Amino acid sequence: MSGDFILLGLAGVIASGAPIVLASIGETISERAGVTNLSLNGLIIFSGMMGFWVAVETDSLFLGFLTGALVGALVSAIVAFSSITLKQSQVAVGFILAITTRDLAYFLGNPIMGRQGPIMLSTPIPLLSQIPILGPLFFQQSIMTYASIILIFIVWFWIYKTRPGLMLQGIGEKPSAAYVRGANVGRMRYFYTILGGTLVGLAGPLFTLSVKAGWKGTITGLDGIGWIALAITIFGGWNPIRVAFGAYFFAFLQWLGLVLQSSWTFIPSQVLQVAPFPLMILTLLLVNLGNTEWVARLLATLPDGVRERVKKLIRSLRSQAPAALGTPFERE
Amino acid sequence: MKQSRNRSLSILFQFGGLILSLGFVTVILLLVDANPIQAFSLIWQGAFGNPTRIANVVVAWVPLALVTCGVLATFTAGLWNIGIEGQITLGAIFTTGVIRLFLNTSVNPVLVIIIAVLAGVVGGILWAMLAGVLKVFGGVNEIFGGLGLNFIATALNIGLIFGAWSRPGVASMSGTEPFPEIYWLPTVGSFRFSWYSIALTLIGLVVIYFLLQNTHFGLKLKAVGKGIKSAYRLGIPTWQYMMLAFLVCGLFAGLAGALQVVAVYHRLIPAISSGYGFMGMMIGMLINYQAIWVAPVALFFAALNIGGIQLPIIMKLDSTLSGVMQGSLVLFILLMQGVQQRVLGKK
Repeated sequence: MSGDFILLGLAGVIASGAPIVLASIGETISERAGVTNLSLNGLIIFSGMMGFWVAVETDSLFLGFLTGALVGALVSAIVAFSSITLKQSQVAVGFILAITTRDLAYFLGNPIMGRQGPIMLSTPIPLLSQIPILGPLFFQQSIMTYASIILIFIVWFWIYKTRPGLMLQGIGEKPSAAYVRGANVGRMRYFYTILGGTLVGLAGPLFTLSVKAGWKGTITGLDGIGWIALAITIFGGWNPIRVAFGAYFFAFLQWLGLVLQSSWTFIPSQVLQVAPFPLMILTLLLVNLGNTEWVARLLATLPDGVRERVKKLIRSLRSQAPAALGTPFERE
Repeated sequence: MKQSRNRSLSILFQFGGLILSLGFVTVILLLVDANPIQAFSLIWQGAFGNPTRIANVVVAWVPLALVTCGVLATFTAGLWNIGIEGQITLGAIFTTGVIRLFLNTSVNPVLVIIIAVLAGVVGGILWAMLAGVLKVFGGVNEIFGGLGLNFIATALNIGLIFGAWSRPGVASMSGTEPFPEIYWLPTVGSFRFSWYSIALTLIGLVVIYFLLQNTHFGLKLKAVGKGIKSAYRLGIPTWQYMMLAFLVCGLFAGLAGALQVVAVYHRLIPAISSGYGFMGMMIGMLINYQAIWVAPVALFFAALNIGGIQLPIIMKLDSTLSGVMQGSLVLFILLMQGVQQRVLGKK
């Protein structure tokens, strides 16, 4: 394996991680506001198909992405309406939408299967792209990849460093307190759920117009990514930077799987492709273990010096959900 | 008096949901330039047009009804057992493994089938308990633990089909080598359904109905589902009951997977769970977790699935239309339920 090969591979990881970043950051925004959007898996497939369709018909990448964003906004608006206005279970509606939008994508996408569509090319940034190593890695990507990287920092800044961001944290943690301080909890939750869904909706066309270009029905390879993005949101502890790290790590594992596949031919390729999933369970286990009762009890039996160190380790791994996640807000 | 009025109103709202979903599917069909009437009648014909098709609906009904029985246990305990797909798959894998073990032995085939089905049940239970352990002792939400386990089960299944259990000569997506006929569950005439499968399903339906309606177990499970903290204060051992709910669900899922192997495919195939697990969860939501409705609604869903097979053959439409119909039906009924609660005020 030469250095060039690895560099090219890692640049590919940044590119193929971009839609996962968009999806999991979108979900982070929504969950920060207290709404779990469980429809991600179907939503990405559906927006990918619709975006590809429009891009094929109009030969416009821009309209393709716009369509994806609109699909994302629409589906997440259903989640918002049913959970905020109708106070139905977010998980139930999200799950139904995850299945239904997926089937809808395969049904409506049947006629455009295998069609040749436009593909987004990379736009190297002058000068910066000439920097050794960093250039090919970060500055010879497509516009959407740049946008996804910038988005990570914007969302991080918004949540932690601005007043509206503080309000956003408030409506997810303690909506009654945010309400007292003048926040319109329902309206804000609508806004952030739809905004988050719009970002998720961009992930679909980013696959079908770039990372996994084309629409091939059930073998397009988008099924499962939405569930992964949801898990990454938890793994990232609802912190955009940690979430992005999780997304790139997942893309890296997938690339590693592909590389190993050629040298480890004795393992069926399908098995290597799912290697990230056991790791997902393990990481979820790691970040959640600190919240369980028996670990706390076990810790109490340890000698003081060791306990403090173990506690610190657990705390650094632990991620805790916004306190009001999944619960409807009722004015008292 | 008031109760009966509420009841008829509720039926009216549900009917509204049904109409909305029909309207939605009609619009979708018009979008792709298809004649909705033709599509609906094709699905009807495809499901009930001749005895073979009716038999196929029954074949699909068996696993669907079984997994729905299973998810009612977990739903009642307030758990989202999304891992059910993997539990079906593990049931199928364990069953196939046992039959392969006895293939060239002199052990009575009937005994082999019985052991194989029991092994399938154990496989389903183990996979469900794994999701349960992750939830109870690891703090991993059962939705994500279950999803991860689903992917692992699929990989294990495909790994076996293309690896250790591959067909001599060439491994393929068509699955493992079919078993000799002596290891098949006997079917009726030339049809694909088996009385044994149907009998087991009927027993399952009765058991889950009584378990949830008429026993202390069901009552306590409901208490856990309504709120873990208050159930704990009532003295119910909550985590044990959650594990039991997983166990019951895994049992049904494993049985469904086992029957798919011994009664339907006679081998292990890549898509052995066929999405029945998720479909069962949709049915559970649609019937508002009431066991009495499992059999008829599962039959309706099975008919849509089997009828949908005709769509690509005759109308060049994708058969996933069945899934769109099922999904939009559940969605609109659920939304109308919310509208009803909002309009009438919460009871």
